[in-house]
Amino acid sequence: MTTVRASPVGGKLLTPFVKVLLVLWALGTAAGLYRFTQGLGAATAMNDGYPWGIWIAIDVVVGTGLASGGYVLAFLVFILNRGKYHPLVRPALLTSLLGYGVAGVAVAFDLGRYWTMWRIPFSPGLWSSTSVLLEVALCMMAYVLVIFLELSPAWLEGLAAGQKPERAKLASRWLARAEKALPFIIALGLLLPTMHQSSLGGLMMMAGLKLHPLWHTGFLPLYFLFTAFVMGFGVLYFESIFSSVAFGRPLEHRLLATLGRYVAGVIVLFLATRFVVLGVEGKLGLVVSAGRMGFFFWAETVVFLLAAVRFLGQGEHGRPDQQLQAALLSMLGGALYRIDVFLVAYDPGNGWVYFPSLAEILITLGLIATETVVYVLVVRKFPILAGVSLPEQRTVPVGLKQGVTP
Amino acid sequence: MTMTRRGALKVLGAAAAGAAVAAPAEARTARKNAPDDLGLLYDVTLCIGCRACVTRCRDANDTAPDVAMIVGAPYDAPIDLNGSTLTVIKQWGEGLRSGFVKAQCMHCADPACASVCMMGALHKGPRGVVKYDVDRCVGCRNCQIACPFNVPKFQWNAASPRIVKCELCRHRWVDGKGPACAEGCPRAAVVAGPRSELLAEARRRLAATPEAYQGGIYGETQAGGTACLYLSPVGFGPLGLPPLGDEPAPSLTENVQQAIYQGFVAPAALLGVFAVVAWKNHRSAAAGQEDP
Amino acid sequence: MNDIGSDMIAELETKGVSRRDFIKVCTMAAGAVGLPAWAGEKMAENVEKGKKPSVIWLHFQECTGCTESLLRTSHPDLGSLILDLISVDYHETLFAAAGYQIEAALEKAAHENKGKYVLVVEGAIPEKDNGIYCRVGGKTAVETVKKYAADAAAIIAIGSCASWGGVPSASPNPTAATGVPTILPELFKARKVITLPGCPANPHNLLGTVLQFATFGTLPKLDDKGRPEFAYKRVIHEDCPRRAHFDNGRFAKQFGDAGHRQGWCLYQLGCKGPQTHANCSLLDFCEVPGAWPIGIGHPCIGCTEQEIVFNVPIHTNLPIERPTAPMAYPTVSATKGEVSAIAAGLGGAVLGAVAGAGYVASRKLTVQVRKAEGEEKEKTP
Repeated sequence: MTTVRASPVGGKLLTPFVKVLLVLWALGTAAGLYRFTQGLGAATAMNDGYPWGIWIAIDVVVGTGLASGGYVLAFLVFILNRGKYHPLVRPALLTSLLGYGVAGVAVAFDLGRYWTMWRIPFSPGLWSSTSVLLEVALCMMAYVLVIFLELSPAWLEGLAAGQKPERAKLASRWLARAEKALPFIIALGLLLPTMHQSSLGGLMMMAGLKLHPLWHTGFLPLYFLFTAFVMGFGVLYFESIFSSVAFGRPLEHRLLATLGRYVAGVIVLFLATRFVVLGVEGKLGLVVSAGRMGFFFWAETVVFLLAAVRFLGQGEHGRPDQQLQAALLSMLGGALYRIDVFLVAYDPGNGWVYFPSLAEILITLGLIATETVVYVLVVRKFPILAGVSLPEQRTVPVGLKQGVTP
Repeated sequence: MTMTRRGALKVLGAAAAGAAVAAPAEARTARKNAPDDLGLLYDVTLCIGCRACVTRCRDANDTAPDVAMIVGAPYDAPIDLNGSTLTVIKQWGEGLRSGFVKAQCMHCADPACASVCMMGALHKGPRGVVKYDVDRCVGCRNCQIACPFNVPKFQWNAASPRIVKCELCRHRWVDGKGPACAEGCPRAAVVAGPRSELLAEARRRLAATPEAYQGGIYGETQAGGTACLYLSPVGFGPLGLPPLGDEPAPSLTENVQQAIYQGFVAPAALLGVFAVVAWKNHRSAAAGQEDP
Repeated sequence: MNDIGSDMIAELETKGVSRRDFIKVCTMAAGAVGLPAWAGEKMAENVEKGKKPSVIWLHFQECTGCTESLLRTSHPDLGSLILDLISVDYHETLFAAAGYQIEAALEKAAHENKGKYVLVVEGAIPEKDNGIYCRVGGKTAVETVKKYAADAAAIIAIGSCASWGGVPSASPNPTAATGVPTILPELFKARKVITLPGCPANPHNLLGTVLQFATFGTLPKLDDKGRPEFAYKRVIHEDCPRRAHFDNGRFAKQFGDAGHRQGWCLYQLGCKGPQTHANCSLLDFCEVPGAWPIGIGHPCIGCTEQEIVFNVPIHTNLPIERPTAPMAYPTVSATKGEVSAIAAGLGGAVLGAVAGAGYVASRKLTVQVRKAEGEEKEKTP
């Protein structure tokens, strides 16, 4: 197999799809201005009963879950030594970087005293050893740096191949250093998400009786690690199909096909653990008696199972339609599970209600739009996507490109 | 040397086992109430809903009224504790089987809010009071998620918001004064004092008229003990107090986290294993012996 | 001296006011300023000894309503009592004399009691065009006030006009009328100017203040506007006889409706009681129970408050200065938080769009894959 080099995709930036995203970005920015001038009370529907709304539940918790693509792929390639997936590493890391970036911005929107945010990493004297949120915050901040370093070959290559000789020289020197340090950086890039993705679940252990017993358990950290894995793989699949459709890249479906069983395995392991733990904790009866909450529990379970079925059903050759469905279902299942833990199954009691406000939704959409635009921009300008991943490539049906890209 | 997947898994497994041996999960020791912790004893059977406590609290803590328009006129009518209300009188039940219940910070012996607080803005202070220090607060509101009683409140509409909760009028202690709410109560429905004395008083009331009360003393053991204690004629569910066990609220989280992170041994070991495996794989990949 | 006091009591007794009544009034006045009951007896004693404080009473831009209300007090004849308790050495309305004669009396009184007399000012003082819009005896009001204030032991501005300008200062305030505190800023800062706003001011408040000064040589505790706290610390709303109706949410909606006839709260008719600092609800005006706006079913117009009385329409109500709790309680599980319909719609639309896009994309892929497989099959044979 020939070594595949990543290269910029190039092409027009202002496609109609990007224009739609820019409109969403503008709406989100307007809503953001409203939040910072009028305050959280005016802009959001969050209240003293539901102090965390969709900015935390979706932008941070689901967002970083979906940003686990870089994490699972690094695990796959560098630890399980599946070198053939190497072409997927850079795009996966890029989405991770963007996902975590979005989470960081969402946190800045969400914090009541956002101007004191910088103190968190710089006040080690004040750090509370018992605070799970502190661990999450520090880990995520560190991880963003680590992804940036993991991606350093991409932008250093870009600079090294650039026009300015001095800059190119400097870049190639650093490129060599980055290569040497890479194993350690990769190890950090694996440890940090393991820590903070599990701790995201750990956060809600403290909610105690306020979290529905079907979700509240000491195994929340483990479950969040499971869902990070599943969502990470889902995103990997989705991204590969999306970039092939959006940029006319060759489909990586065969490359992905062999992964399916492992993902299905993780899903089944997660569901089995969950049921066993519920049984051990004596809460199994709740899965039928919990009413509305039972519905959400089963919705998660069924979506995850369907995802597992799709991951297995794609066959050896990897049918792209099955893969897309598997990807969407696994992302949906993970998102549903995490939103349930942070919002749906969370009930502070005594009459509190919450549904996100217009500004909260617009800002969330705006952040997602920004993330997507930046992704498109970066892969068009930087060597992120692999040129050709497999020798025996299959041509993409012409209609596909026109069909899915708006 | 080629690192196979099986090899990698072996190393990982060994490391995990090593970490587990090196760092046996020790249960944390729960913080207990001291006998002289300042607290409140609230007796539902004595409260007449006059709200003198609420008014005194407003005066003592200089909090703004929570104005609501009711039948066309403005009243100070907080519906619950909020960003400017440290204590509130609510009504439970209906008709003849109804009464009042006061809400304020319970001042847990082992508070969940302090456990989750990133930089210790909420922490235990002298006399067992759960203190708030705005300079360390970033406004993350995790304390609100964590508190089993939904006590810490956030100033949603302030430009520089802060968390608001009862601190047992600690700013008045220098003048030898205690909580203003207890001072204002005309019927000793709220009394302030050292927790041990409050417990003794509660037990005395229970013993004197056992038929008047139901459910014992809330806060004696609940959530690992709280400095504020409740007596009720109808048990505590109707009052909106959660049916908490005797374990302090932070126990589960801190035990689990401690099991995983104690001494940072397990994460360090994991990092080491990842680094070694990644380095070996990296070297073999560089030598062109990539796994097919 | 003693004879004068005894004479006075004797004179009062001929009017049908007993010594007992007299002490009663003094005690009431003492009560009004928050002094113990024995202070009233001490006041009466002082008066009997003839130690009556000398008072110089100046009139400027005003309706003389404050003097009138003082004179029109009913049984016992508080007006004459006040005038007997204090020695009014100059008062334009009450003096029989006129012209140079009365000006001479003013000079004499001020000279004889230099540094000891109480200066009472009734009416606003115009500042525009060097104060030419109010002259008495050839001197402008500003000149007169400054001159006699300099030698006064205390200055009492009675009524809203003297306190902050009152009616003459109402917009557009053509004469730039203002109150004593503006004319005498130094003395005001030195806490020597007492304002008794009200239109008119309650005579009891004047009596209490003057008697405290006469008996103890001290002035009552003042707020930052120079008003005695015993009368102006609380708002009318706090002690309103209709307060129970407010707490229970029972409001007269219009004049003459069922609620109005039942004596319900007048807040919605524009009552300024919740913002007006005065003791009208505690101290009957001129001794007549219920003889004040709220007592007769009219909303308080806030006559003591510069910001309210001529600035806010009579039937417009204002936010409450210090809101109190209604006679209702939140339930333990009252609904808290809102769900916005627009946001719910948008949220639904977004979810629908995502689900739809996912479905369409997956359908399209399926169709394409089938087609590609079909083409391959056709090629193979």
